[in-house]
Amino acid sequence: MLKIWSMKQAQQKEETAQGPAKKKKVTAAQLRVQKDLSELALPQTMKTTFPNPDDILNFILTLTPDEGLYKSGLFTFSFAITQNFPHEPPKVKCQQKIYHPNIDLEGNVCLNILREDWKPVLNLNAVIVGLQFLFLEPNASDPLNKDAAKDLQEDRDRFRRNVKTSMGGGNVRGETFDRVMK
Amino acid sequence: MAATLQPEGVSRTTNGGDDGESPARWKYLNTLLGRAGAYSDPTEFIPGDAPIMNIKNARILVIGAGGLGCEILKNLALSGFRNLDVIDMDTIDVSNLNRQFLFREKDVGQPKASVAAEFVMKRCPGCKVTPYVGKIQDKDEDYYMQFNIVICGLDSIEARRWINATLVGMVDEENPESLKPLIDGGTEGFKGQSRVVLPTLTSCLECQLDMHAPRAAVPLCTLATIPRQPQHCIEWAHILKWEEERKDDVLDTDDPEHITWLYQKALSRAREFNIPGVTYSLTQGVVKNIIPAIASTNAIVAASCCNEAFKIATSSAPYLGYPGTNNYMLYTGDSGIYTYTFEHQKKSDCPVCGNRPKAITLDPESTLGEFVESLAERPESQLKKPNLRTAGKSLYYSTPASLEESTRPNLKRKLEDLLEDGEVIAISDPAFQIDFQYIAHFS
Repeated sequence: MLKIWSMKQAQQKEETAQGPAKKKKVTAAQLRVQKDLSELALPQTMKTTFPNPDDILNFILTLTPDEGLYKSGLFTFSFAITQNFPHEPPKVKCQQKIYHPNIDLEGNVCLNILREDWKPVLNLNAVIVGLQFLFLEPNASDPLNKDAAKDLQEDRDRFRRNVKTSMGGGNVRGETFDRVMK
Repeated sequence: MAATLQPEGVSRTTNGGDDGESPARWKYLNTLLGRAGAYSDPTEFIPGDAPIMNIKNARILVIGAGGLGCEILKNLALSGFRNLDVIDMDTIDVSNLNRQFLFREKDVGQPKASVAAEFVMKRCPGCKVTPYVGKIQDKDEDYYMQFNIVICGLDSIEARRWINATLVGMVDEENPESLKPLIDGGTEGFKGQSRVVLPTLTSCLECQLDMHAPRAAVPLCTLATIPRQPQHCIEWAHILKWEEERKDDVLDTDDPEHITWLYQKALSRAREFNIPGVTYSLTQGVVKNIIPAIASTNAIVAASCCNEAFKIATSSAPYLGYPGTNNYMLYTGDSGIYTYTFEHQKKSDCPVCGNRPKAITLDPESTLGEFVESLAERPESQLKKPNLRTAGKSLYYSTPASLEESTRPNLKRKLEDLLEDGEVIAISDPAFQIDFQYIAHFS
């Protein structure tokens, strides 16, 4: 039916000697995450935890900014990666209720590469750098928490005070936030 | 195939005893395969019985019995293929009936694969269609080994990647039969593609992963602050409001109560922003990411897939996917009509076909630590900071630190306690673009 096989044999013979594997294979998504993990360059301010070390598609990222308005806070993000990775971006959520213009009270994050600008060439490192950037440079023009964005835009000092209050577990504009001090 | 116009029903055989063998039935097929064409390769195509028997004997697997699958099954059966298998895990919905023509109103709720198989067998005597209702992942390599060609009419990238990886993994140097041409059709509205993969020889579906159009997404902050379109209001209800108010319910997009709830939320938000156009069916469409299926796009793409299957099975004409030639046909019907056929190149660092698993013999009594050390010495690897896993287990990760800590105890464990004979170990290392895979055989 096919002449293909003769081409196959003309090809450099591969080292495979004992035929293909019959057992369950590592999936392409797992392979890609493993590769991304091997290339992770985490600074002192970040670390990962794997609740189930055998499952690399679900993990927690802990972020402890050492500069900026969120300095000395401790924030955790859940990463959930599907078998569609890297066609689909990882699903990332902040696990604390925090006061941040780009993160809502449910923990949803407005970061372009987590949604509309995700591309399969991006990796986990890019996402993690993006999250870190949100804490160094909160951005009032992409608001997910409108009140926080408004504060940041109108009065940076008020915003700074509100960040401090909220991180201590205090109340800002009638919302009580989680205490996130290290 | 030569076209004859016949009134509907004339060629339909109703005399029960027909096994599809009447000479008149295959007159044009036999003519086509009975002489060389302008482009047929004289060293490969010997007109006459051989290609005719190939069509009769080839066993083809059709994955998906939906819009594309119905067309593909029909085309194959009417082209003279007689051994078909079809897999689909879905049941028939009333909204399928406008284009999935193997189904009737009475079939709603029945499994697609079995209804499609029955219809084709009834309509085309002599053609045997074996259905399997379930997931492709239920089947193992022995099952896929039975077929000569696999044709996909799927709407899921995950399923495509799985069958692609499976077929690439099945290629055995010692066995020519293990190389199964994979023909993949796909449509989205007025656009579509057909492509052919010769596993390990040409660019595979994983090499082509970035050819899939990303799902159009609107920034979360737009949804949260300044919706402009009815879709924005629906996505807001779907992504933000559901999480906020019904966190503990898992959203089921087939549950009318859930869709109604989202619809009501979206509607009140649309009123607030003066946006017209939120309807129940739009809500369903946005939430389930439904792109209206166009019957004729399916017909065009399925026709292309089946033409390739016919040419591969008979060698009667050059086919898409012959190594070094074009393997990808894209079709665009929404801005005029345009097709472009090209060769998608194999990626040398493709995680699926770039570095195929090599066999390695290991002493089950030796430790994982000894194995990792030996990796540093193997000439092709010389790994510095390897990460290793099997399908179900993280064996050892050099990075990140937390995984290193939790997998470090494995280094002292015996290999037989960590893996099974025949399991694949996948290894990544920052020093290498590409992953290494070994099939572990215990000595």
